[in-house]
Amino acid sequence: MKSSQDSYWKENLRILLFLLLIWFLVSFGFGILLSDWLDQFQLGGFKLGFWFAQQGSIYIFIILIFIYIHLMNKLDKKYFGKDNSEDPN
Amino acid sequence: MDVTQLTYLFVGLSFALYIGIAFWSRARSTNDFYVAGKGVNPVANGMATAADWMSAASFISMAGLIAFLGKDGSVYLMGWTGGYVVLALLLAPYLRKFGRFTVPDFIGERYYSKTARLVAVICLIFVSFTYVAGQMRGVGIVFSRFLEVDINIGVIIGMIIVFFYAVLGGMKGITYTQVAQYCVLIFAYLVPAIFISILITGNPFPQLGFGDTLVGTNTYLLDKLDLVSIDLGFAPYTENVKSKIDIFCITAALMFGTAGLPHVIVRFFTVPKVRDARKSAGYALIFIAILYTTAPAVAAFAKINFIDSIQNKSYESSPEWFKNWEDIGLIAWQDKNADGIIQYSSGNAIDGRPQYSDQRGTNGERILTNQIVPSNKNEVYIDRDIMVLANPEIAKLPSWVIALVAAGGLAAALSTAAGLLLVISSSISHDLLKKTFRPNITEKQELFYARSAAAVAIFIAGLFGIYPPAFVAQVVAFAFGLAASTFFPVLFMGIFSKRLNKEGAIAGMISGLLFTLSYIIYFKFLNTQLNNADFWFLSISPEGIGFVGMIINFLVAIIVSTYTKPPPQEVIAMVEDIRQP
Repeated sequence: MKSSQDSYWKENLRILLFLLLIWFLVSFGFGILLSDWLDQFQLGGFKLGFWFAQQGSIYIFIILIFIYIHLMNKLDKKYFGKDNSEDPN
Repeated sequence: MDVTQLTYLFVGLSFALYIGIAFWSRARSTNDFYVAGKGVNPVANGMATAADWMSAASFISMAGLIAFLGKDGSVYLMGWTGGYVVLALLLAPYLRKFGRFTVPDFIGERYYSKTARLVAVICLIFVSFTYVAGQMRGVGIVFSRFLEVDINIGVIIGMIIVFFYAVLGGMKGITYTQVAQYCVLIFAYLVPAIFISILITGNPFPQLGFGDTLVGTNTYLLDKLDLVSIDLGFAPYTENVKSKIDIFCITAALMFGTAGLPHVIVRFFTVPKVRDARKSAGYALIFIAILYTTAPAVAAFAKINFIDSIQNKSYESSPEWFKNWEDIGLIAWQDKNADGIIQYSSGNAIDGRPQYSDQRGTNGERILTNQIVPSNKNEVYIDRDIMVLANPEIAKLPSWVIALVAAGGLAAALSTAAGLLLVISSSISHDLLKKTFRPNITEKQELFYARSAAAVAIFIAGLFGIYPPAFVAQVVAFAFGLAASTFFPVLFMGIFSKRLNKEGAIAGMISGLLFTLSYIIYFKFLNTQLNNADFWFLSISPEGIGFVGMIINFLVAIIVSTYTKPPPQEVIAMVEDIRQP
């Protein structure tokens, strides 16, 4: 039991690390640090860096949370079976 | 019906709805009062979280700030949405698993210490009152402009409404009113945005119209805005002015502050299961993003419209809204070259906020007694807070849209105020009384104290509204710095480290709070003349310093923990337990 708890936690951390890397890349990376460089590309009427700073990063944040929900539900199922619902208190 | 009558109608209807919901969902137990009986559907909770979260600052001030900040405004956009990724991945599911009532509850139990709980309560009250002050000012602005009542009376009406559903309904009442308030506020935000987007670019989606060409031309809106900005002596709209390090730190402070805000975290205590907490965070961000992706578009449209409709117009022929907002003191015009024509450009037209004499000038404008700033040609003072509220008038939209915006602004301010007042009251009745000083009180007494504390908190919040401090969004920005530098590290480490002990957590929170607070007070209140990049630490502004405070909190907590004894076995067992769904 103990080792299955540990490996659940490790897989969980791996998922978090992967998603937070993307989170950092699109906001602090594309939206701030690399933003001026990305501005040389156009996306319609937007400069690309500007678009990431004011629009794109937000869309990707939403996608990240839903990927997280999906991966964690899968992980919970793998370790705790289908009915892992704890008591509602 | 004219605008004022329509506004009374819309605001009255929405208030009646909130009170009705409050009555229907009143709280019967402390479980109801603190966490809505933990029975809230995750999608409904997502909506309630969005309303709880989106305050007068998001609804009223943000687009206006972005309009004047240009690309730098993205700190608010990324900061206030990216925080939800942090919250969803690193805090919400685990804190839900912990399954108690308040944020100090977690800190008290995890760090097995009444002192830690007490420090958390103090930080919470600090953060929440800073934040609530901004809301009440927002309520005051909306009432005084649209209902033409005195700001103070407006604040008192707002207090009575919040009193009704927060005191009666507790978290349960607040949750379902917030669902209704979300619907009102998002509708009120989108309708004018869509109208204006169609008017300016022909595109019904503001998010796309913002990157589209102006109607009847081949010029992109943003290119035009860059040109106009340069013409008037501003930096181009789509380029950063602040330093990268400052933008980085402000964004980070807002993100981690969001994740550490007690009134947001508590919302995730109200859903039935851990997986619901995750799902809820996802829906909350969708509902929030609908407004947050529209806001920068509104900002760009408002800026173009604002400049177009006043630049080089004579005061006499200036639009009605210009004079209305001047009447309540949020716009001022100083005719520097005495030609009777409004000239807007970069620089401050006058020194500080406008001070009016009782007289009118030759063109009918209110005469100012402020020091004139002769070094630039700008003649217009405009309070950034009014851009969203004035936007429908500037774009000449029908009067029902203007009335709708007033109802939306109130929904945003009241929903956030209620959420904040609830965490203040529950931290007093639950953490301070039940868990620390008066452990023998019955549940009924605790509920009574919770309601009384809510009533007192509403009263104090009202005083903040009547004697308001500074800009709405600025005040709120500090609350984030404080939340990031106090709560986030101890919450995060409480879950992800088994080694962090009570000595470390207490020392961390106190050093984060003291550092951030003294930096802000030093530059914002004591030495305002030194408040510029030359004097800032690593050229980080007071708005971004919470991120540095957070790093200090982490370091102090880790170092102190290393040299003191590890937490007891049952706490380690508890950490292991909250890591499982």
